[in-house]
Amino acid sequence: MRIELERRANPSLLFSVLSPFLALTLTVFAGGIMFALLGKDPVSALYSFFIEPLLDIWSLHEIAIKAAPLILIGAGLSVCYRSNNWNIGAEGQFIAGAIAGAIVPVVFHDWHSSLVLPLMLIFGMIGGALYAAIPAFLKAQMNTNEILTSLMLVYIAQLFLDWLVRGPWRSPDAYNFPVTRDFAPEAILPELISSGRANLGFVFAIVAAVGLWIMMRYTLKGFEITVLGQSERAGRFAGFSSKRMIWFSMLLSGAFAGLAGISEVSGVIGKLQPIISPGYGFTAIIVAFLGRLNPLGIIAAGLFLALTYVGGEAVQLTLGVSDKVTRVFQGLLLFFVLSCDTLIQYRIRLVFSRFGQTSEGGAH
Amino acid sequence: MKKIILALTTSAAVLGFAAAASAQDKTKICFIYVGSKTDGGWTQAHDIGRQALQDHFGDKIETPFLENVPEGPDAERAIERMARSGCALVFTTSFGFMDATIKVAEKFPDVKFEHATGFKSAANVATYNARFYEGRYIQGVIAAKLSQKGLAGYIASFPIPEVVMGINSFVHGAQSVNPDFKVKVIWANTWFDPGKEADAAKALVDQGVDILTQHTDTTAPMQVAAERGIKAFGQASDMIKAGPETQLTAIVDTWGAYYIKRTQAVLDGTWKSEQMWDGLKDGILTMAPYTNMPDDVKKLAEETEAKIRSGELHPFTGPIKKQDGSDWLADGAVSDDGTLLGMNFYIAGVDDQLPK
Repeated sequence: MRIELERRANPSLLFSVLSPFLALTLTVFAGGIMFALLGKDPVSALYSFFIEPLLDIWSLHEIAIKAAPLILIGAGLSVCYRSNNWNIGAEGQFIAGAIAGAIVPVVFHDWHSSLVLPLMLIFGMIGGALYAAIPAFLKAQMNTNEILTSLMLVYIAQLFLDWLVRGPWRSPDAYNFPVTRDFAPEAILPELISSGRANLGFVFAIVAAVGLWIMMRYTLKGFEITVLGQSERAGRFAGFSSKRMIWFSMLLSGAFAGLAGISEVSGVIGKLQPIISPGYGFTAIIVAFLGRLNPLGIIAAGLFLALTYVGGEAVQLTLGVSDKVTRVFQGLLLFFVLSCDTLIQYRIRLVFSRFGQTSEGGAH
Repeated sequence: MKKIILALTTSAAVLGFAAAASAQDKTKICFIYVGSKTDGGWTQAHDIGRQALQDHFGDKIETPFLENVPEGPDAERAIERMARSGCALVFTTSFGFMDATIKVAEKFPDVKFEHATGFKSAANVATYNARFYEGRYIQGVIAAKLSQKGLAGYIASFPIPEVVMGINSFVHGAQSVNPDFKVKVIWANTWFDPGKEADAAKALVDQGVDILTQHTDTTAPMQVAAERGIKAFGQASDMIKAGPETQLTAIVDTWGAYYIKRTQAVLDGTWKSEQMWDGLKDGILTMAPYTNMPDDVKKLAEETEAKIRSGELHPFTGPIKKQDGSDWLADGAVSDDGTLLGMNFYIAGVDDQLPK
């Protein structure tokens, strides 16, 4: 016996809309079972995981802080993925943006001006875009697989940052700790309102996502992205260049990731250090798919993923469960999103034929 | 679907409220850990202290904790979460939580904070630390007695004064036995990373050291030493389980008594911001049993420990030369605490360049 996936002739439209919600519900139920197995009351555990953080202004701010980079990166990636360019290296572009943006407050720390912050943000976007330009060039000119090149570049960026903060950029007054000097006040992204720490980065994320949504929906460029993504050949007939699309989508997502990077460093951390991201660039891939590659959906998905970080910490404190619970939740969520989507497109068929058996036996 | 979600959230809200209402009038004493509470080293020592605290006060207090909190923006959120959740006293147990602790403490003047091993304090932020260098000196003495080559390996974390002080004390202790003793240092640049710590240990063994000591948090180096058949010293917790035939002794941090004392002060309303820096004689650190060594070495170690306890011997007593050959302490002179707490130079005998 073996199991086959067979494409459905008419996938249900209703269920493909409901799919993320279905996945979410399944995640919550599976999470409840997990808490029960850990010997905790699942209802109160789920309450402090998913509900309690929403009832407090302070934790809403914290959710916004966590969501901002996820939304910003995820929105940029959605353009890439829709146009069939698989940029997996947003984490590296995030770091490249943070480094490029930090040139101003670290190297020119004696220069105080209101231009510091805008320059940092622009440098951050350029840094991220340039770093994404490497896989874009390799794909457009040499037909290299961008999944591999963009992913490999992540590790290079991480190690380069590590070297910078331990070497040339290390602060003279941090007792030899591997951090750069603290950014001056004018290099800090301002907080939004006085009730918490959420900063301007969240506004960037929302504006960027809404802007992309408008572009995808109402402009020729959006149409071009969709057409080239679905059928490159059809796009060519329409006069669209897939090479130019590689450049456009990679540079755009790189710039967004770079902006997220410099916003995180400037708004939340206040300096560079060896680790500046808990994997935002990779989590943003989950966010992009959970949001169905729709920028507005990505806003919701980013907020939800941020909730899992903040809520995970809350249950650790109130119930004393391990901090790994957060990771399990994120994994469950991605698993259910992908399996729901798969089962909407395909049906499972059990094949009992003798042929199937013998051919499988032969393969072993 | 939406109805199900709605029903679920409503019932959850009701139950959650009931759960929250039951756990009031206990005083909350909270802990933030940089590593896992079962790391076998630094964080575990703090968690044992926390358990001792909980046992001592029983039902009067609660001791919630957060583990694996990275030093950075997440630390600030974690500490603020503690302050908001009604903690009366928060122990932040890693050097890198210093700035975050100070920042949150400004926002919550009524909550008391205690930061381990840092140098910044405030009206509601106390610091606490132990004179680990006293234990390092004893380790140095043992290492010099046992090492065939007169060469030990030292796995260090960050080149901050605390760690540099430990290396110097180890070398000085060793040189009191063998004036030509040398130590090789590898900077792991982490407190807690079993993989990196093990790699550093392997590299040192490959370079020919025959005794290992560490200033990182996990038992990984001890395990490497056991595999390679050399001796090693445990750090922060008794690591004898990781190397029954390897561990010579360990510096064991015993925070429990301090945690009990400070919690009592909070309950009595007498808590004040202080800078605690106690040593062997106060019991804040103890030496694990001296094992896997000949009796004469054990005797010397015990004598050295007794001398430090009684105050007869200060590990940093001259003559000591700096690595560059210049004089630091004259014959019989004793270093003051200020120099130790800001230590940024090696003494002669360290085979390493201090990262600048």
